[in-house]
Amino acid sequence: MLGKTAGGLYWMFRSLERAENTTRLIEAGFRIALTRSTDAEAEWKSVIVTSAAQAAFEAKYNSYDSLRVTNFLLRDADNPGSVFSAVKSARDNARLVRTALTWEVWTAVNETWMLLCNILRKPVKETELPEVLAAIRQQSALVRGALTGTMLRMDTYHFCKIGIHVERADNTARIVDVKYHALLPASSVVGGRLDNVQWETLLRSVSAHRAFRWAVEEDFTAPAIASFLILDQRMPRSLSFCLAEIVASLGYLADSYGEKLASHSLADKLRARLDNRDISSIFEEGLHEFLGSVIRDNGNLGLQIEQDYRFNI
Amino acid sequence: MTSENPHFSEMHASDGVRQPYAHYASWFSDQNRKRLAKKAGQAEAFFRRAGITFNVYGANDAEERLIPFDLVPRIVSNREWSKISRGIDQRVRAINAFLYDIYHRQEILRAGIVPVELIAKNDAFLPQMMDFKPPGGVYTHIVGTDIVRTGEDDFFVLEDNARTPSGVSYMLENRETMLQMFPELFSKIKVQQVSDYPKNLRRSLAASAPDSCTDRPCVVVLTPGIHNSAYYEHSFLADQMGVELVEGHDLRVVDGHIAMRTTRGYKVIDVLYRRVDDDFLDPLTFNPSSMLGVPGIMDVYRAGNITIANAPGTGVADDKAIYSYMPDIVEFYTGERAILKNVETHRCSEPQTLKYVLENLADLVVKEVHGSGGYGMLVGPAASKSELSDFAAKLKARPSNYIAQPTLSLSTVPIFTKSGLAPRHVDLRPFAQVSPEGVVITPGGLTRVALKAGSLVVNSSQGGGTKDTWVLED
Repeated sequence: MLGKTAGGLYWMFRSLERAENTTRLIEAGFRIALTRSTDAEAEWKSVIVTSAAQAAFEAKYNSYDSLRVTNFLLRDADNPGSVFSAVKSARDNARLVRTALTWEVWTAVNETWMLLCNILRKPVKETELPEVLAAIRQQSALVRGALTGTMLRMDTYHFCKIGIHVERADNTARIVDVKYHALLPASSVVGGRLDNVQWETLLRSVSAHRAFRWAVEEDFTAPAIASFLILDQRMPRSLSFCLAEIVASLGYLADSYGEKLASHSLADKLRARLDNRDISSIFEEGLHEFLGSVIRDNGNLGLQIEQDYRFNI
Repeated sequence: MTSENPHFSEMHASDGVRQPYAHYASWFSDQNRKRLAKKAGQAEAFFRRAGITFNVYGANDAEERLIPFDLVPRIVSNREWSKISRGIDQRVRAINAFLYDIYHRQEILRAGIVPVELIAKNDAFLPQMMDFKPPGGVYTHIVGTDIVRTGEDDFFVLEDNARTPSGVSYMLENRETMLQMFPELFSKIKVQQVSDYPKNLRRSLAASAPDSCTDRPCVVVLTPGIHNSAYYEHSFLADQMGVELVEGHDLRVVDGHIAMRTTRGYKVIDVLYRRVDDDFLDPLTFNPSSMLGVPGIMDVYRAGNITIANAPGTGVADDKAIYSYMPDIVEFYTGERAILKNVETHRCSEPQTLKYVLENLADLVVKEVHGSGGYGMLVGPAASKSELSDFAAKLKARPSNYIAQPTLSLSTVPIFTKSGLAPRHVDLRPFAQVSPEGVVITPGGLTRVALKAGSLVVNSSQGGGTKDTWVLED
């Protein structure tokens, strides 16, 4: 396979994953804005901060009102992380690697782009927001479903999977990092009870508010939620889960190409930092420091994969 | 509809439906018009969803457009087709012989059949190709011959596209769409298949591999990238052949071969089906500012380590100025008269002819010698007074840049409109594949159709549409 093709597949699925994650963040912010009478601005700000778009947003606007934030995140072409920009980039990459995709995956992503062009043509009003967000999530699931349902399990497939999980790990780490601190009341001791709305936003950002209740017997405490999002192997958006998937896909490439490369040991190391950990030792290390280093190492892993598999050079 | 219409109608003769259309016409008369209109909408949605689009140069934001698809097929009898395909076969062989000659002994120039300056002043002529024999002796591996019809037995070649002809993907997708929309038609009417094209292309490209290739030849398609107007076609062909689609920056010279950058290192390529113009192929030899090609590929080529399809310098044969000599070229190399006729062509480079063209501009079609896609041409009868005088000025300034032809009475095939069938002018571009093993011509081709009543302009870039082309089995 061409290095360019591997890169195109990887970035296609990273971009789609990013679009979906942004949608989830907006959903969480919207929920809070609806259910809480005060401090909606602070919540919208934390949404912008989490999606790493603060500078770009503040260059344009000076207040965090819901319509501005949602439209900036949904359809602003100047915001490279907006849902529209991300899906456009995914679709451009899909065209680039058209020969490596099945018909189903290609038409699913092309339809997604056509649908977004249509529903994001004009600014999205508050009344339309739930419908628009649901449509994007559904399209994203459609593309992923086509991927798992139709693509041969060979290197093409695994580059897609690596893109998904590198992006998702980054996203989960950012959400926990930003929101956890934003939400944790200054006076509260780590391990104390959080109020309902706080834990719900955090879990909602990764669509895990129901899953948590099913999976975890503990109460809604900060360590329990952090542990769920960072270490729980059953949780498809947890850091542990993402790293296990990345290691498995890189392992497939190592086997089928018959060579172990630098990115493989980076991934192993990063995974080892999550294996057999419990959340209290992470808190001891310092949650913010821990997440910061995971985000950095995950980013470096991405760069090393690009080099090892000759995406660009 | 035929009596007042001077154009040859392929479906309706004065005494009823023409024979090749008999079955179709009876099927059509049983159809519910609303259902057909719905089918037409479905076809458009299918093309849109599949991304079967082309980019329009100069349009905002590299807009992707659909080529309108008409659901009434253009039907050709086996007898008609056999004449067309024999004519193309003859012409394609002559073109390859002409190219070999032009880049070697130039006997046709010595014989005074083609004037020397036509080659000497031709931008498409590449001195780098002199005395070099491309692998397998083939220059143009893929040819698209534009053919128009003016009467029952009157087929004219309008243009030979011997460089990088486009449209194959539409030929194939149009058929695929028809099969999906009207499967019952194909069980009633026996139509020759076009779906072997990619398989045959792969085979004929592989058969053209250089002698240095001992293994199974590695074939790839070279595209300028996703912003090229024909990108869809490039990716479609690579996909259908099961070969890699590469861009210039994926390739480099490795140990005297061209190799592509894969996830596992560099892999040697034997045959490059390039969809990049000569000028951009090698910045070391041609346009130094080009980023689309591969630095050093011409040296690898001349060393006999890669096949480039079509060969660089092929354009010298499909120039519109050369076109006017094609009947002589065919006779010179094949010893036979050309089976397909040429359209009478006035070379504006000749002063007497220029005078005639200027005096009769309103009745002529004038084309740029190197133009393509309907750009830079004048359709006299459809032009306004000011357009005519503007064009006359251009002609006087650079007469050798133009040729002129009478406006042909192009045949019509009906298209499906809201108010029923309506005649529109068509042309036909069949595709030929050439390898050392011979010439393969896919039965059918791309029928392009003018969508405006009376218009003679069928180019997609100028708003024309396409139809499926059926060659009947007999």
